Amino acid sequence: MEKKITVADVAAALDLKVLSGEKGLDRMVTGGYVSDLLSDVMGHADAGQLWMTLQTHKNVMAIASLKDLAAILLVNGNQPEEDTARQSDLEGIPILGSSLEAFEITGKVYEHLKKNAIIQR
Amino acid sequence: MKPELPLHLEFNIEGGNFTRAGFASSEIKKVLKQLDVDMAIIKRTVVASYEAEVNVVAHAYSGTMYVDIDGQTIRIALVDEGPGIPDIEAAMREGFSTASVSVREMGFGAGMGLPNIKKNADQLDLSSEVGKGTQVVITLGLGLK
Repeated sequence: MEKKITVADVAAALDLKVLSGEKGLDRMVTGGYVSDLLSDVMGHADAGQLWMTLQTHKNVMAIASLKDLAAILLVNGNQPEEDTARQSDLEGIPILGSSLEAFEITGKVYEHLKKNAIIQR
Repeated sequence: MKPELPLHLEFNIEGGNFTRAGFASSEIKKVLKQLDVDMAIIKRTVVASYEAEVNVVAHAYSGTMYVDIDGQTIRIALVDEGPGIPDIEAAMREGFSTASVSVREMGFGAGMGLPNIKKNADQLDLSSEVGKGTQVVITLGLGLK
């Protein structure tokens, strides 16, 4: 059976804050990507992935939308800028937040997706 | 509703205004979806157009994106007024960037833009005149029946 997991599931399981874009919490998560270089995300991330980054400006929403990413997860307690949050609400692509550093929260997301057979590697 | 072909779109791109970067690309994405273009081709088109759009915002004073879609191809031409590119060969090299510190801090200017365009487009034509501006033409086959 193919397992399905939503942004809301990940947020609840890992105690992440939902900072904006609540209406997109039912989006499916198919994996994750970690990078603070926007062209790297543009070139290498795949649709449905949860993107972990420290970037908080509005362009992250353009990337998330163009790449059909599941959600953005801001690390280190970062908060989205006001227009970033507004765009996230508008597009229904959630921005989540964690107080943990990228290394730790990425590890947790990885473990969670692996445990739920979303990623096999 | 399916847009009628051929289709022509134009977008003004303001140099330095990152808040609107990606707008033209998302409009292109919408149109290609309406035309039932294969998702893999939409993805490649969007990566190429977004990088080209950001290049104008990051480097030029102003520019225009001209989009032409016929039954077979999409042609995206970006014509800007800006400093131009003195060494196109260097600019095409992965990791080469002349972006400002503030642009880099936003996560742009990693020297991946033009290589990303080249990887995703079927054809990339680049011409530039120092002190005047740059022209980037991206072409992709749409695989429409």
